[in-house]
Order: sequence, then structure tokens, then C-alpha cells
Amino acid sequence: MSLRTPPLAADHAASGAKLTAFGGWEMPLEFDSIRTEHEAVRGSVGKFDVSHMSQLAVSGPDAGRLMNRLTTNDVAELAPGDAQYSAITDADGVVLDDTVVYRLPEGAPSDAAFLFVPNAGHDAEMTQRWARHTQRWDLDATVENATDGYGMLAVQGPEAIELLGGLCESPGSVSRFSVAPREIAGVECLLARTGYTGEDGVELLFDADAAAAVWSALSCQPCGLGARDTLRLEAGFLLSGQDFDAEDNPRTPYEAGIGFVVDTDTPFVGRDALSAPGATDPEERLVGFRLADRGIARHGHEIVADGDPIGAVTSGTMSPTLGDAIGLGYVPEGYADPGTELGIVVRGDTKRARVETPPFY
Amino acid sequence: MSFDVPEDCRYRETHEWARHESGTVRVGITDFAQDELGDVVFVELPAVGDALESGAEFGVIESIKAVSDLYAPVSGDLTAVNDDLIDAPELVNEDPFGDGWMLEIDPADPAEFEALLSPSAYDDQTA
Repeated sequence: MSLRTPPLAADHAASGAKLTAFGGWEMPLEFDSIRTEHEAVRGSVGKFDVSHMSQLAVSGPDAGRLMNRLTTNDVAELAPGDAQYSAITDADGVVLDDTVVYRLPEGAPSDAAFLFVPNAGHDAEMTQRWARHTQRWDLDATVENATDGYGMLAVQGPEAIELLGGLCESPGSVSRFSVAPREIAGVECLLARTGYTGEDGVELLFDADAAAAVWSALSCQPCGLGARDTLRLEAGFLLSGQDFDAEDNPRTPYEAGIGFVVDTDTPFVGRDALSAPGATDPEERLVGFRLADRGIARHGHEIVADGDPIGAVTSGTMSPTLGDAIGLGYVPEGYADPGTELGIVVRGDTKRARVETPPFY
Repeated sequence: MSFDVPEDCRYRETHEWARHESGTVRVGITDFAQDELGDVVFVELPAVGDALESGAEFGVIESIKAVSDLYAPVSGDLTAVNDDLIDAPELVNEDPFGDGWMLEIDPADPAEFEALLSPSAYDDQTA
């Protein structure tokens, strides 16, 4: 199967970026070095091409009802221009994907009521899911897979707003988890005060054909998926398909530590399972940990306690900020408290680790 | 992009270099390899006195994004290990043929060194 490419593919190739396959897309892995890019975002500002993320537009009088059927949070809380982190669950309450839902503001380049952003490679599946449920409940709503029509960039770091201030009108007036229209380099954009790094910053959505104009107007460190991963892991943010996966590692939002996105007053698929007695107190849950011994935990490594296997690492890396190995993994409730001693089995050797609540920076 | 391929080294196709150094053979990974790996953050090496076998794994190198095995270019007993890499694994990125060296081996069979790739043969492989 050939990989999908972002609108900036030719620019990335010309820049000499190393590329990687991710979620069915060929994307930049690193432009300079992961450490350089990571430090730019923690210390000043960096830009990411995140056009591999999915964009689905939902329109029609019943758009809100449809969103509340299929996402765990309550979109009725959203005024035009608000954004919301949410989960998409199946009837068992298992997370299929996590997403950000934007209720589009007046003057947005799109007439849709909602735009939501599932992870890379989930666009076809979610478009089908939304269309199927529109029919099932006889709702007056339409869903459009707009992924190929959008370019998406993230501008992240403590100096992100200052940088954007030179390119568009008052980006700082768009508050956290809000979205507003802004013109950048002559391009109509949606500017959302959201991100995946733990830093202040924005994500920009615009016509895919205009990607080069927006990208080149942003004078700052270009960053690849390598730094995006180390930054999100330091922040303790989940990676779909790795920290939860409907097939390989099915988890509820409560197990995955995102129970705060579940509103059981809305009639979403999975509500019954997530309202059942005990659902909010799962037997296992995702914890952060830091290694005390030399070595690096990686996805799939076994977690042990007192010599017995108790879980597995879902994400692990060397934290560029701390210089320590960090990770996420599922452990039984009794081992989830901060400070609990764990072992991580790295190539046959058990490395000492301790449960710690992110962020790791 | 072109990478350093010093003339005084021989190479394995798995991107280790070997160089004669006052009776021993010094070993590290190539400029190409460190660039492929990116930021090196951890190097796991054997202990002085261990016997290495040509072509066998002797350690592991990890960058932020990847884990890679290391293979011995020649057989022999380990006479030195670069302990600086414990606290400064980034030396492998900064100076792969110099301060980023990994091991010194007392070679058991001189013919093994001669059988390694020449600089031009290795250069062709990575071109």
C-alpha cells in the first residue's frame, strides 16, 4: 500500500528531513535532531507539519446530537469557537481513538458546525462510523472526510504566540481550547489554541493548497514526529494505537487516565459500559514512571513487581529535558500510586523504576 | 549528504569501524550510522576481559528513537572499553571515529581485519 503524503511533502524532501511512515502517512521524523527540535519547543518555539491528522466536518441541524452519540464528552457545552478533548468509544466503552472537537466559529473557512480531528489513518473508519450512526438514528446531519483538503500545522512553545503576533491579528486573544479565524500569509486559517507538547501554542488548519505559504511564513525551528513524540510523552499525553489500541490493547477512558472526558449524562455509544458499577475504578490503569537505573524502557517491555510480571510499557523514551528514561504503562491499581517501585525488563535485565505523575519536564 | 569514511579504518556492512591502534584493534560505529540513529542516549558495552567473536553481537546502542545491536568486526579479548560513553553517549554523534570509540580488542586472527570492507567498498554501500 502506498503511503499518503502531506501537501508539504516536496518541501520536506528538499529540506533534507528524514522521513518515516506513521499511520499510513510518510511524514518528517526529524529535520535537524530530535534533541534540538525538542529543546526549541520547550525553550522558544517550533513548527510541526501535522497534516497526517484526520479532519472530519459535521454539518446539519442534528450535528450536535450526532457528535454526542459518538464522542464521550458533551458538545452541548461548546459555544461557537470552543474546542474540547474527547474520546470515541465502542459499545464496551473501549477507546477507539481520542480526538479534539472544534465547534466552528462565525467567519470560519468552513460552514460545518463541527470539525473534529481523530488520529492519523482513522479518517475513513470514523467517516463510516459517523455516516452509519447518522442513518441508524435517522439524524439530519452529514459528515465529510475533509482530511485531504486540509493542511494542518502546529506552532508550539513559550514564544509561539509572540511569533504568530507578527503574522496575524491578536493570536493571544484566542484563549486555551478556543478556535478563531485568522489570516496568515494571505491564507484563511482556523487558529486553535491547542497542541500536543505541553507548551503554549496553536494548531492551524487551512486549505491544503496553501500549506507552503503558511509553513514558510513561520520563521522557527521545523520539528518532526520524533520530537512530537518525546514532547507529548514528557507531557504524559496519550498516543493512539500505542497507549491504547482497540485491537491490541483495549482500554476504557478510565483505564487510560482520561476519565475526565467522559460525560455519562449524554447518550454516547459506550455510556452503559462506562456507567456500570466499578467502571470508574478499573483494575488496571495507565501510570507514568521514571527509571532509576541506566537503560531505556520501550513499548512492549514487561513491567514486574517483586519478580512477577504485572504489566507492560506502552511508551518509553529518554526524556531530553530530564536526561532520564521515562515511560507510560498499565499496572494493577495496587501499583499505581506515585512512588511505587516497579521493575522494567530491558533485554533480560530488570531496571528499577518508580511510578511518577507526568509531566516529566 | 556525504559522510566521513576515514582511510585508516576497515568496516563491517553493519556500520562498525575497526582501526589498528598500537597492537590492538579499536572499534566504533561510523559517521553514517550515528547520523541514521540520531541523538545517541545510551550505549551498553561488554566488560574488559570478555572474549568477542567476529560477527557476534557485543552490545547495544540506543538513540532517542531507535535501538540497534552492535557487532564485533574481529575476534579477540577486550582490552579496553570507553567509559566516557556512560555519561556522555553523545560523543558517538560528535566524534564517531575519535572520542566516540567503543572498544579495543586484542585481535585473535589478523586475517579477520584484512577481510573487512575497505573504505571505498563501505563508501559504495552507504552511497
